[in-house]
Amino acid sequence: METKKAIISVKDLVKKYDDFVAVQGLSFEVYEHEIFGLLGPNGAGKTTTLEIIETLRAKTSGDIIVDGFSVDKHAQNIKQIIGVQLQAAGYYPNLNLVELIELFAGLYGADIKPMEMLEKVNLQDKAKAKYKALSGGQKQRFSIATTLINQPKIIFLDEPTTGLDPQARRNLWDLIIEIRNAGTTVVITTHYMDEAEQLCDRVAFVERGQIIALDTPDNLIDKLVSSGFERKKEVKKANLEDVFINLTGREWRE
Amino acid sequence: MQKDIQDQPSGSTLAAGGYSHTKATLALAKASFRSIMRSPSAVVFTLAFPLIFILVFGFLGGGGTRIDVGVTPGSDVHNPVIGMLEKTGMIRLVKDKSKAEFDKLLEKGNVDAMIDVHRKVNSAAYSVNVVYTSASRDKGGILKSVLNNVFYDKTLKPTVAEIKESTITGREYKTIDFILPGQLGFSLLSTGVFGTAFVFLSLRQTLVIKRFFATPVKRSSIVIGEGIARIGFALIGALFIILIGHFFFGFTLVHGTLTVVNMLLLATLGVIVFMGFGFIISGIAKNESMVPPISNIITLPQFLLSGTFFSIEAFPNWLQPISRALPLTYLNDAMRKVAFEGLGLWDVKFQIMILLLWGIGIYAVAVKVFKWE
Repeated sequence: METKKAIISVKDLVKKYDDFVAVQGLSFEVYEHEIFGLLGPNGAGKTTTLEIIETLRAKTSGDIIVDGFSVDKHAQNIKQIIGVQLQAAGYYPNLNLVELIELFAGLYGADIKPMEMLEKVNLQDKAKAKYKALSGGQKQRFSIATTLINQPKIIFLDEPTTGLDPQARRNLWDLIIEIRNAGTTVVITTHYMDEAEQLCDRVAFVERGQIIALDTPDNLIDKLVSSGFERKKEVKKANLEDVFINLTGREWRE
Repeated sequence: MQKDIQDQPSGSTLAAGGYSHTKATLALAKASFRSIMRSPSAVVFTLAFPLIFILVFGFLGGGGTRIDVGVTPGSDVHNPVIGMLEKTGMIRLVKDKSKAEFDKLLEKGNVDAMIDVHRKVNSAAYSVNVVYTSASRDKGGILKSVLNNVFYDKTLKPTVAEIKESTITGREYKTIDFILPGQLGFSLLSTGVFGTAFVFLSLRQTLVIKRFFATPVKRSSIVIGEGIARIGFALIGALFIILIGHFFFGFTLVHGTLTVVNMLLLATLGVIVFMGFGFIISGIAKNESMVPPISNIITLPQFLLSGTFFSIEAFPNWLQPISRALPLTYLNDAMRKVAFEGLGLWDVKFQIMILLLWGIGIYAVAVKVFKWE
């Protein structure tokens, strides 16, 4: 196996709010060009961890290096090489998609053609639409387009598929894989284990602010199986989602 | 394998090249301006409301004003002063009546003033003697300023004519000249307060600002960009109101374009000060439904007490100190002095200073209560 180069390294990260410890001593590395998943229940500290790496939140202690830049000293450099999609973030009101992309191009100081960005996420037909008028899947794809404007080395996606129907979800997976194949490292959080299994090269399980497991999905499953775990029900060759997709078609609707 | 070669242009060129905060600020200003222009409430508050009031009062005012000025029997009538007065088109000279007749007309306000011009003894200059009547104070006021204008004209230097006035106190504005600056001030107040409060609260609540923070943009760029857009919008609104007032309702602009420029400069100062209220409100309001009540607490008293509709002098004595404490009072006052009396910005430095003091106070509070997230 080739030696992997870490593009993000987090060491002993701690984040305390007044009387609550959200993150207690997290350490992990994200390798270049992988899709890295942060998994765990709500309130486990995934979003907090992500926002600290994104330089949006101050940490209590610990070291974080992103592509050679420290979050303490070089937050500005980090911002220029990352793309961020926030959970449930809105966009500037009353602007259409092209205008929003232009705004972000200005904010990043990037020289791009808005239509090309929209084509990347297959939203060229919606160029004149307002963000609010988009469907759930389109909104997420637009959010991802805004993360690509500065041609980032890493993009962070916080629960990008929450609330999407199965077709839109699969469509988004394809897009995320495409972005990774183009050379961008992807850090993603999700509640859906099937999604993590399909999409992520490696996953970290976060629980109460700590990492309780970190490996490839395959290895994690193998370990569990070798420990004698068995599913209660015989596994069938398909699941209900396969039935859904088979009945309603793969192609994606708005 | 050593290192993957990215098949897309590297982002490092971006990081290495100088990041332009100006560009980011302007991108924000452009976005914000587009957004404001499409926001119905901004357009209604800034343009529609003031214009409706101006229309109403403009028509109430009965369009053009005419001032009847009696020429005192025995007065010289073939002189530049009378000639200039006739040329203004506003003044109707009443001649050929006896002193007694004039006195009666003057008493009833049927003539608004009397004028008496005499060549000075041993001089090429003229002496102008004007008598106003308390029966027609507002028109007397207009005449006064028309005379001032005439003498301002360089063809009539004080060496040619000097004016002697028997003054009566009273209001010196015609309806539009009083109403328009007030409406303009109120338009600036609502644009500054409501607009700023709503925008920053909603940008904060919908995490738009948080998303901005994930880009290299500075906080100051966000505030300045937003400010540029709002000031730009307010000035376009102000210009629109001034021009409509001037061309349709005869709003007086003593020095034409220069007066307009001075008014726009005052407008800029006003909006900047009033935006401070907006920043404060966006910081203390917990949600969007709290913005209108808090904003009204700030704008309504000023709407009523700052001489928007009525002169402050018309208020009871105990109320006047409150009026004189409000910033809009001074903006309105400065606007009227600049527009109607033709004063320069330096002449209204007192009003400007009070506005600046308000600005310092407001922004000191705003810095404390403003919330980014």
